[in-house]
Amino acid sequence: MSPTLVLTYGLGLAQAMLVLAMTLAAWRVLRGPRAQDRVLGLDTLYLNGMLAIVVHGMRTGSGLYFEAALVIGLLGFAATLALAKFLMQGEVIQ
Amino acid sequence: MTKADLPAWGAWLVVALALTGAGFSLTGAAGLIRLRTFYERVHAPTLGATLGMALIVAASVVFFSVTEGRLVLRDLLIGLFLTVTTPVTLILLGRAATYRDRAEGNADAPPDP
Amino acid sequence: MAGAVRRLCPRGPRWGHPLNRLLPYPLLSLGLFATWLLLNPPLTPATGLLAVTVGWLVPFVMRALRPEAVRVRAPGVILGLAGHVLVDVVQSNIDVAKVILGLRRGTRRTGFVSIPLDLRSPYGLAVLSIILTATPGTLWIQYESNTGRLLLHVLDLVDGDAWVRRVKDRYERPLMEVFS
Repeated sequence: MSPTLVLTYGLGLAQAMLVLAMTLAAWRVLRGPRAQDRVLGLDTLYLNGMLAIVVHGMRTGSGLYFEAALVIGLLGFAATLALAKFLMQGEVIQ
Repeated sequence: MTKADLPAWGAWLVVALALTGAGFSLTGAAGLIRLRTFYERVHAPTLGATLGMALIVAASVVFFSVTEGRLVLRDLLIGLFLTVTTPVTLILLGRAATYRDRAEGNADAPPDP
Repeated sequence: MAGAVRRLCPRGPRWGHPLNRLLPYPLLSLGLFATWLLLNPPLTPATGLLAVTVGWLVPFVMRALRPEAVRVRAPGVILGLAGHVLVDVVQSNIDVAKVILGLRRGTRRTGFVSIPLDLRSPYGLAVLSIILTATPGTLWIQYESNTGRLLLHVLDLVDGDAWVRRVKDRYERPLMEVFS
């Protein structure tokens, strides 16, 4: 197999695994049963989405996706933090 | 800049690292489904955030360093960022769950330290 | 001006030394410099100059936050601790993966462990919380600063006392040497 083919299939498989991980996390978001389970699922969804974008950056050979991955990571962090804070007090900013 | 510049050893190394990392991430997400209580499940995403992330970032560092012909360590910032943020989110989430369970007087609420 | 700053920042950096006045937080400066270079490849004189400027000026903003001065000692201990943590993270990743995939034999018990900590430095506790949470299988639930007791959730709890010893010997003691 040529190196290009190895990369295309190998990284494609890695991406598919990460998308499957995202699906499992989404299932936990929808299923619950409690609010903290949904937030945990959302955090996992963000994390795996970020990793999938890093892998996609390798597949396309472009460095542009790095910034997108960082932004997704940052948004996931802020979202989970705000939701966890909300669960604790019922208010995000106090 | 294209994938064609990558020698065979580089391609296999990158794919091996990325697949192992994705495997750990997937196992972590599967833990969200398989483990029974919230306090067990909260351990699962750490798999993707530590070893899974580290291996995928390593794959990316190898890939861009080889294709661009110089050391590209930019992706290490993702690793640094996740290492600092994941504990914060998980600790806060654990605290929120603890608070809710104690307030509701659930049987599986954490004891006092 | 310097007097006013000293009154505002009683526990800030030691302003007396000229180097501290020029570089209030040398480690932060170094970190910002490195981050800037990593974000803006390739290295040219222009990006290098910009990185130096960012690394030099941005830490002055930190003065407003008045962080407690960190005194980091024993670089050898830090390296040893980092090595331990690296090995433990990889090992516990594999352990937790086995638990999830059902490869772990025997009955598994999960539960809470209460650990009395002697470490009091806020930075030391912060690093300990990152270490314990980044290791899959352990989660920092609650720390009571009055009693110094830490509540930890452990996914694969075989022996509670073993966990207390492990946290105290492997992580707490080196951290107390580093942040004393």
